[in-house]
Amino acid sequence: MQKLKLVMIGNGMAGVRTLEELIKLTPDLYDITVFGAEPHPNYNRILLSPVLAGEQTFEEIVLNDLAWYQENDITLHLGRRVVRIDRIRRKVIADDGTEAEYDRLLMATGSNPFILPIPGKDLEGVIGYRDIADTQAMMDTAKTHKHAVVIGGGLLGLEAANGLKLRGMDVTVVHIGEWLLERQLDHTAGELLQKSLEARGLKFLLPQFTSELIDDGKGRVSAVKFKDGTIIPADLVVMAAGIRPNTELAEQCGLACNRGILVSDTLQTYDPRIYAIGECASHRGIAYGLVAPLFEQAKVCANHLAMLGYGRYEGSVTSTKLKVTGIDLFSAGDFTGDDDSEIITLSDPIGGVYKKLVIKKDILVGACLYGDTADGGWYFRMVREGQNIHEIRDHLMFGENVIGDTGHQGHNKAVNMPDDMEICGCNGVCKGTIVKAIQEHGLFSVDDVKKHTKAASSCGSCTGLVEQIVLNTVGGAADVKPKSERALCGCTDLNHGQVRKAIREHHLLTIPDAMRFMDWRTPNGCATCRPALNYYLISTWPGEAKDDPQSRFINERAHANIQKDGTYSVIPRMAGGVTNAAELRRIADVADKYQVPMVKVTGGQRIDLLGIRKEDLPSVWKDLDMPSGHAYGKSIRTVKTCVGSEFCRFGTQNSTQMGIDLELALSYMWSPHKVKLAVSGCPRNCAESGIKDVGIIGVDSGWELYIGGNGGIKTEAGEFFVKVRNEAEVMEYSLAFLQLYREEGFYLERTVHYLHRVGMAHIKNAVLEDAERRKALHERLLFSLSFDSDPWKARIEKEELKQEFRRIAVTELEEATL
Amino acid sequence: MSWFDICALDDIPQLGSRVVTGPKGDIAIFRTSDDDVFAVDDRCPHKNGPLSQGIVFGKSVNCPLHNWVIQLDTGEAVAPDVGCTHRYPTRVESGRVQLTLGKVSL
Repeated sequence: MQKLKLVMIGNGMAGVRTLEELIKLTPDLYDITVFGAEPHPNYNRILLSPVLAGEQTFEEIVLNDLAWYQENDITLHLGRRVVRIDRIRRKVIADDGTEAEYDRLLMATGSNPFILPIPGKDLEGVIGYRDIADTQAMMDTAKTHKHAVVIGGGLLGLEAANGLKLRGMDVTVVHIGEWLLERQLDHTAGELLQKSLEARGLKFLLPQFTSELIDDGKGRVSAVKFKDGTIIPADLVVMAAGIRPNTELAEQCGLACNRGILVSDTLQTYDPRIYAIGECASHRGIAYGLVAPLFEQAKVCANHLAMLGYGRYEGSVTSTKLKVTGIDLFSAGDFTGDDDSEIITLSDPIGGVYKKLVIKKDILVGACLYGDTADGGWYFRMVREGQNIHEIRDHLMFGENVIGDTGHQGHNKAVNMPDDMEICGCNGVCKGTIVKAIQEHGLFSVDDVKKHTKAASSCGSCTGLVEQIVLNTVGGAADVKPKSERALCGCTDLNHGQVRKAIREHHLLTIPDAMRFMDWRTPNGCATCRPALNYYLISTWPGEAKDDPQSRFINERAHANIQKDGTYSVIPRMAGGVTNAAELRRIADVADKYQVPMVKVTGGQRIDLLGIRKEDLPSVWKDLDMPSGHAYGKSIRTVKTCVGSEFCRFGTQNSTQMGIDLELALSYMWSPHKVKLAVSGCPRNCAESGIKDVGIIGVDSGWELYIGGNGGIKTEAGEFFVKVRNEAEVMEYSLAFLQLYREEGFYLERTVHYLHRVGMAHIKNAVLEDAERRKALHERLLFSLSFDSDPWKARIEKEELKQEFRRIAVTELEEATL
Repeated sequence: MSWFDICALDDIPQLGSRVVTGPKGDIAIFRTSDDDVFAVDDRCPHKNGPLSQGIVFGKSVNCPLHNWVIQLDTGEAVAPDVGCTHRYPTRVESGRVQLTLGKVSL
């Protein structure tokens, strides 16, 4: 079949990203031709400021070198500007006469700097700030001339001013607003920013209106004149007063434009063969000038170019960051607010910190941070997720408070860390390594960083820090999507919620069926999606969907915990941490018989036998004659208890029995992540109920339930959920909550993260306010549990389940010489 | 080049593995969803994790210890990790899996 012809006009970040996404989806559908007006391959335009500031070089910001175009068989016409589109003959014509025919045309023409229509605007030394040529012009001028004037006190203007100052020029910023960045900051913060920039030697004139650029008599600019008649010297004038979508070609060929080329949710223009993307496109009235939304557009556009036909672009929430080293400024969403919004501010002019949060109907809609932007990513996530912040409103301003994460020396701010500071304590990755990888490989997301450096790929406790580093390095281009919006893995574009919904609504029962139905890209998934699918199937359709052992991590397949040397650990169930002499004797006998290298008491009040060979597992289980403690699974773990009223002089309730009852009721329960409970008999809380997924504390008049606690990577205190009167209610409420979590939690999402995602109000609504719903949840969990039984017993009794544990012996092979 | 008879193809679960003792330590034998059979040393080039215990997908296995991905047809780790595990030629003859210690002819 002859390939279709795809022509792209413009060779910038949005367009090339679309090609990358397209090639990933369908490498052979198109013959691709690209016209780029600049003589360079695709580079990271947002990093022009660090280049101007001398922090990076041009070579370092190239995203796709010429070899990339070659490898992907893309015909690349550099330095050729397309001057005409012939929609009748379906071809484009460049300024040098080069023509290219198209079946599909992708317009990615970007934007132009807005040049003030004032006398002198065409003089030598007057430039916009848009591309490598402009940046080079500024760098060259800085070597030979003294006075620079930057018109425009927005992000781009300030970055240009800062760079020119660092290159030794005397720089004045002229701005028509009352304060700098008046779109991002309010007056107070704007003045803070101005003060710290003045301390670096920049000068400001504001509010001030430029009326004329004065000729030095030889065609070069020599001074700037203002409306009030004042004049300042200028050898270089940088116009950074905004950008205008570049729609010239589109208008010329009759495509509908209105401050951008009008596009639909599929990024198509009024001519369905022609797509437009990036800064030149106007989607639902907005032409985005930041990179993150453009990448989202790229994904959707590629999907439609690949003729897959699903995926819609529905607009983006954006965030920005000023890339001036040493000055931290971050804003996201609607940070100005209107009459309906409530604003929380924290202002410390002396300390140089200003924070503003904009809230509408209990939802965070925007944030502006100056001086301390460590929580920018956290706020941005909340803005995008639109989660209800009512419960955390009191603490919202004080940030995510990542102090308490383990393994990072208590640090919670990546900005101030030196390059040799270890970020990922699991894989030994330093900040400098991450920054370098981001710059060299053009990374934009934490997932990219994981792939290239392994940082944040093990326990994940440094994910927040890595996210900050990504934000600090690439600014607004950072892709900090919340897990709820991210694709499950590289095998699909669907997120966890969508996958689960499809499984429920279409009654999918097996992994191959689910993959087929949802158009999985890989034949049998990967180690990330298969365990997730398996959990969603068996938890949605208990008794119908069959568990797939090959899609389980080895611990859940072997029902024991793999150790670094390939041996396993065995932890039998000891409900509520209570055992007896007979069990202890059997454990001791097993330890002797199998020469167990270590016998250890666990944190969950049971006994761990470490160093068991896999082939011995079934017989160890048989000799123990105790059920599995599920100490290895995304499942119920233990219910920790204190002594309680039976023995303790302070005990108000029989916490031990309550714990035993709960643990037996929940035996063999699979869940999105591990689930730990504790029951304490009085508020002294000896069983540490405050840091469990469900923590129960006995008081004289009944029981208090706490949910969403976590003692692991990041210590999280559980939140008070409800107070109940008796044991039966403890059981019903706890099980109902756990079933809700089983049904709604994403795979590998602990209760604390589930709670933060959906909000306490949602959980209370489902479990507390609606008795019928609570009982139904409780019933559904019992129904689901009715299909589970002790996996150890099954493997002792059923021959066919023993294969997993048997080695194959071939004497001749063993004795062969190599 | 001598071939050793190991087991029936059906003794290995699809997308699963079995372990056989070789002359120099354990050998992991994998079966893909297309019934391709691969054999490699049961040691991850990273920290000797038993690859036989990993999740198999496509023609790769995920090491159970630290998530390295090893390509079964080449023995090579997938980037950014670098390393290689030794592999052995295999064949399936009338439903029996056979393995040889000879050189791999690619």
